[in-house]
Amino acid sequence: MNGPVRLALALLCGAGPLLAQDTTTKGVRITLSYDAGVRPGVVVLPVAGANGDSIQAIIQRDLDYGDRVNVIVIPDSMAAAIRSGFDSAGNPVGMNYGVFKTLGALAVVRVTNTDRGLHVALHDVVHSRVIDVNEFALPPGAATRPWRMAVHRVSDELERWITGVQGVAATRIAYVRSHAVHVVDSDGADDVTIPMVGDGLSPAWSPDSRSLAYATFGDNSRVVVYDVRSGQSRAFSSRRNTNVSTPIFSPDGSTILYTLAGENGSDLYSVPVTGGTPQRVSVSGGTDSGTPSYSPDGRRIAFTSDRAGPPEIYIMDADGTNADMFTTYSFGSRNYRSNPDWSPDGLNIAYQAYYPDASGNFQVFTMSLRDRTPKQLTSDGENEDPSWAPDGRHLVFTSTRSGVKELWVIDTQSGRIRQLTHSAGTSRLAAWSPHLAP
Amino acid sequence: MHASRILPATLLVAATALSACHKKPEVAPAPMPVPIDSTAIKQHIADSTAAADRAREAAEAAAAAKARADSIAKAEAEAATQASMRAALTKPIHFDFNKFDLRPEDQATLDAKLPILLANPGLTIQVAGNTDERGSTEYNLALGQRRAATAKRYLTEHGVAESRIETVSYGEERPVCTDHDESCWSQNRRDEFTITAGGAGMLNKPGS
Repeated sequence: MNGPVRLALALLCGAGPLLAQDTTTKGVRITLSYDAGVRPGVVVLPVAGANGDSIQAIIQRDLDYGDRVNVIVIPDSMAAAIRSGFDSAGNPVGMNYGVFKTLGALAVVRVTNTDRGLHVALHDVVHSRVIDVNEFALPPGAATRPWRMAVHRVSDELERWITGVQGVAATRIAYVRSHAVHVVDSDGADDVTIPMVGDGLSPAWSPDSRSLAYATFGDNSRVVVYDVRSGQSRAFSSRRNTNVSTPIFSPDGSTILYTLAGENGSDLYSVPVTGGTPQRVSVSGGTDSGTPSYSPDGRRIAFTSDRAGPPEIYIMDADGTNADMFTTYSFGSRNYRSNPDWSPDGLNIAYQAYYPDASGNFQVFTMSLRDRTPKQLTSDGENEDPSWAPDGRHLVFTSTRSGVKELWVIDTQSGRIRQLTHSAGTSRLAAWSPHLAP
Repeated sequence: MHASRILPATLLVAATALSACHKKPEVAPAPMPVPIDSTAIKQHIADSTAAADRAREAAEAAAAAKARADSIAKAEAEAATQASMRAALTKPIHFDFNKFDLRPEDQATLDAKLPILLANPGLTIQVAGNTDERGSTEYNLALGQRRAATAKRYLTEHGVAESRIETVSYGEERPVCTDHDESCWSQNRRDEFTITAGGAGMLNKPGS
């Protein structure tokens, strides 16, 4: 992640512009020289044909939201000159790469509508050649939810061609509004609800993105697993005088770990995804432990515990042994740190912490597992419940900065923040999906 | 009345007859008695019977009305007692920030529930723990469960069977107010009590 990503160039034989590019799925890849410290400029050419404007707009927005490239918008004065540089097959004919160089572009994206879907070519401006090509299927029904997701997959593959890292446009975010679980696309479009068995909280994705778990509260508090494809729900049995919450899937998808709060404290319990007898994992001794998050390799669990007084983040082995306090810095008697989320690259834990300024609000922090230095990411309004994107770089979280609780996304490297939900209702408890299964 | 008119007339006739036997004093003959109007007498009897009936009916009606009023008053008193028992059973208690300890000022509220619970073995309740909005949503679910458990423990330690008290948590999800200040937060940090069975016709003290 850190440091320059230097990718070797492999030349295809042939003189002049490349026309006979292999267009099978595997393709032949030539990659750019990419310096992650500098954002390459990328032009996404206008797309002719059906829904061309939407396709271009979605890809431009996705690349912009990825925060790794600068999307260069072609000035109108140059649009005609640029359009004329390509033949009907999308091959450059007498293309003036110099034009793009003057715009500061490192790469040019050319998308063409075909009867199979989209033909996508990436041009390396510096080396004046096409370096990546592929075909992408598009489902019928333009501008539908599946269609948009297919275009997002194009963006994510483009980002991988350009930067070496797959984008997160083809992902969704589950969250809660009015005790119903919602799912929204990563760009904020196509917000839908799932059928609920009761008032629920704390949705979590299975590693294959095919299931969502959540928990109901109050009477008959239960863990529920919802199958995204079939629309069916399975509820685990409830126990009298207890409340269950924060169910999460283990990284291998076999186990659900959740918080069971009883009359004498709360602990983390695990149960096979297919059902069975719950086993206690944490040992709280009459205190409260909850809000778990697995390390990406499934060997450790970060969680909140108040065993030492105020709530702090702890890490233990996945079998419940060797629990140690993780957040050890102190603001004094009003410490309160909770809701850890372990980054997909294993390097950082995001969490919320009470911050002792005049507002007394919670803020989102990350802490590196290597050196345990906290990094404060937010300061505007109250900010809670961080959840990592699969790129380990973006976080979605709840913020009151607009006046009501909405979801916002932050790029932890540049600090750039965008608003994800605009509901005027309270949106919270977000969970960023893995890369979605097709 | 009539008899009194007849009797002196009879006496007068008798007296006149006796005086005629011994001597012949010079006395005026007794006047002839006025003939008795039997119709008037019958009417007089009927009128007085009717009046007695009316008086009796009035007395009965008054008694019935009083009985009804007494019954209503008793039902109202009974309902007021039932209502006051329900109020005592459902009165909430409150907590300090991030704490689930029973506060001294709330102990009396729990004490008032005890005699009703002990007098009515069929009575079951649910205690729901709640928190204010601050802090982790999910940590607040655990805190709410603890707050409900505190009330339950007090009641069971004073003789109420555990199986009669259910504890649930609503965390911060069921606020009674939504302002972002302590006067609202303190109202939300509470246990709520609801009757789940046996709430009709409650006895108000053990053994009654």
